[in-house]
Amino acid sequence: MQFEPASTIKPDLDETAMQHQACLTIQGDILAVRDGLGLLMSMKPLRALSDEIRGTVAIVLAEALNNVVEHAYRDGPGQIRICVDHLAPVLRVSVYDQGLPMPNEQLPQGLLKPLVEGEELPEGGFGWFLIRTLTMDLAYERHGNLNHLCFEVQA
Amino acid sequence: MHLYSEQRGDYLLIRAAGDRIDAAGAIQFKDAMRELTQTADARVLLDMSKVAFLDSSGLGAVIAAMKAIGPGRKLELSGLTPTVEKVFRLTRMDSVFTIHASLPESQSEGLRNAV
Repeated sequence: MQFEPASTIKPDLDETAMQHQACLTIQGDILAVRDGLGLLMSMKPLRALSDEIRGTVAIVLAEALNNVVEHAYRDGPGQIRICVDHLAPVLRVSVYDQGLPMPNEQLPQGLLKPLVEGEELPEGGFGWFLIRTLTMDLAYERHGNLNHLCFEVQA
Repeated sequence: MHLYSEQRGDYLLIRAAGDRIDAAGAIQFKDAMRELTQTADARVLLDMSKVAFLDSSGLGAVIAAMKAIGPGRKLELSGLTPTVEKVFRLTRMDSVFTIHASLPESQSEGLRNAV
C-alpha cells in the first residue's frame, strides 16, 4: 500500500463514502497528530457521535498515533493514515504507518504498574493500557513494510 | 499551554488555560508548573476545568509536576472534565491525587504570577 503524498494533513473527499467513513493522512509528528485528531473529530462520522464516544476515540487514537511517532518513526519521519468507519453499533478504526515494526510483531501487553505505597509513581506506561481498556477486537499486522493497527470502539 | 497562578488563602491556585495537555505540550506544561511551584506553599491546586483532553503524556506530566513539588507538599486537582476524568480513573491515578469537583470558596487575592 502506498500513501498519497500529503504536505501536512489531507482529508479524503470521497462524497459517497463520507457519510460513514473518514480517512486522513498526516505527517508522523506530535503536532500533526494534535491537528489531525482535531480535524478527524470534526469530520463525519465522528462529529455526529456523543461527546463521550468522541472523547474515548480521541484518547485511543492519540495513544496509537503518538506511539507511531515515538517508536515506529523514531529513526526517520513518515506518514500515518487513519481511517474511521461507522459500522453501527461500532466504530472501526485503522491506523497505518510505514515505520519500524512492533517488537516481535506483537502488541505490548499494556499492563498497569501496581501502585505501591512509598514507591515512586510511574510517569508513563499508560498508553497501551488505555488502548486495550477502551477498545475491542484490537489487532496488529505487519504487511511488508506496513504496520496496520485496527480496533473497534462501541459507538 | 498557559498557566496562571494566584495565591488563595493557604494555597496556590494554578489555572490551566489551554484546552489540552497532550504529547505536543507535555514538556512545556511540566516546565511551566515547575517554575510556578518552586516557591509555593504547601498546597498547590491545579484547576483543569478548561482542559478538555489529556493523553498519557499529559497524565505523565501532571504526575511529574506532583513529584517535582516535593514529598512534603501536595498537588491537588480540580474541575476534571469528562474525558480527563476518564483517563485518571482508568489509570487509577484518581486514587493518588486529591480531586475536587470544583474550586473551594476563597477570597481571591488576584493574579500573582503568569507563565
